[in-house]
Amino acid sequence: MRVHFSNQGNLRNFKSFVASLDLSHPEKLEISTHNKWVTVHPANLVVAAALAIQAGKKNTEIIGEVPETGRYLDRMGLYDLVKTASPFVYHRKEEAGRFVPIKIIKTAEDQSRFITDMIPLLHLSEKNTIVVKYIIGELVRNVLEHSFTENGAIVAAQYYKKTNRVSIGICDNGIGIWKSLNTFWHPKNDIDALKLALTPGITGTTRKEGGTAENAGAGLFFIKSIAKITRSYFVIYSGSAEYTLLKHDKRIKGSPRLYADPNRDPHSETNKVPSFQGTLVAVDISLDETHELNELLASIGEVYDKAIRERKREKYRKPRFI
Amino acid sequence: MKKIINMRRVAGAFAENKDIAKKLRIEKIMPALSKGDEIILDFDGVSGATQSFIHALISDPIRELKNVAFDNLAYKNANDDIREIISIVYRYMQESLDGNGES
Repeated sequence: MRVHFSNQGNLRNFKSFVASLDLSHPEKLEISTHNKWVTVHPANLVVAAALAIQAGKKNTEIIGEVPETGRYLDRMGLYDLVKTASPFVYHRKEEAGRFVPIKIIKTAEDQSRFITDMIPLLHLSEKNTIVVKYIIGELVRNVLEHSFTENGAIVAAQYYKKTNRVSIGICDNGIGIWKSLNTFWHPKNDIDALKLALTPGITGTTRKEGGTAENAGAGLFFIKSIAKITRSYFVIYSGSAEYTLLKHDKRIKGSPRLYADPNRDPHSETNKVPSFQGTLVAVDISLDETHELNELLASIGEVYDKAIRERKREKYRKPRFI
Repeated sequence: MKKIINMRRVAGAFAENKDIAKKLRIEKIMPALSKGDEIILDFDGVSGATQSFIHALISDPIRELKNVAFDNLAYKNANDDIREIISIVYRYMQESLDGNGES
């Protein structure tokens, strides 16, 4: 396998990153970087980490010339997952940035500890901390519950001062979205599965409206909607499919409209990228646009209710007009 | 009988562990409501919760016990975020009840 970190590692270009992956020969991984400048989104980082864990440390290396900006890979903990020694030397106490390095979460207790201990490293306001805890809480739980991986959820996050945003990437090398939904929903292909997973009320555990006692099928829809309201990117990648919610145009006034159907959101999609055994979900949250969480949830909840109501009505018996 | 559950002590400052929600629902909430007891979930000191935590906590009592749950389950000291999530779960559970032929 090969992963290349370019000088344009952001969610807008995530599809290019994914398209450049070589996932053949899963027993070995080579990671390369742009030779002059490397920028890496937490999404790219956790994909590389997931593949490194799959291949094993002794079979994973960072090859070629890594520029000075590649120090970020070390700071985020990627060198801990590869056999290549880090060329970067610095004192740990120098790294007072606002980031959460790659962390592997295998249990619900790990998750609670992570949320309590690691999110404060981003040094966000209380309002924004709650939003980030909410997103990570839901996404990591999805991995622990639905991915059936022994390797856990791989998480990384970064605060970017210049754009005042938090970027989060969460990845696993579990069964993937298609398989997770197949028992009850039989999606045609990977992209169909991704869009089903983003639809309110769709859970891999039942076809029943309202879900089961433990699952409602709301998590991904809520996260995508938080991204949309805050005019941010959201990405999901599993199997051969990748869906990117595009950033809502700032010139359009008013709160972005939410849709239950992910096809209606401005997005790009593909069903032809290298097939990834697992799932990546990533989101950018623009803190300039963040409302109080309860305001975000109120808007999202309305759309969720409406979607459930409409789907319920589809099941009603129709009159027989003869 | 009235029973108050201290959610901060059980679920921590941010309520996201669904295993805890499930355990609480199965071991405390459902048996108490089934006996006709009143349950008060006290969120004092809890800054937030995920929708999936709240769903795992209360969707089954609503689905199974309906009015008994509506009448005997109450929430104290829930902040605006937690109130909103609880309200969302109440709404969609009621929306979904007759869709499954359960009304």
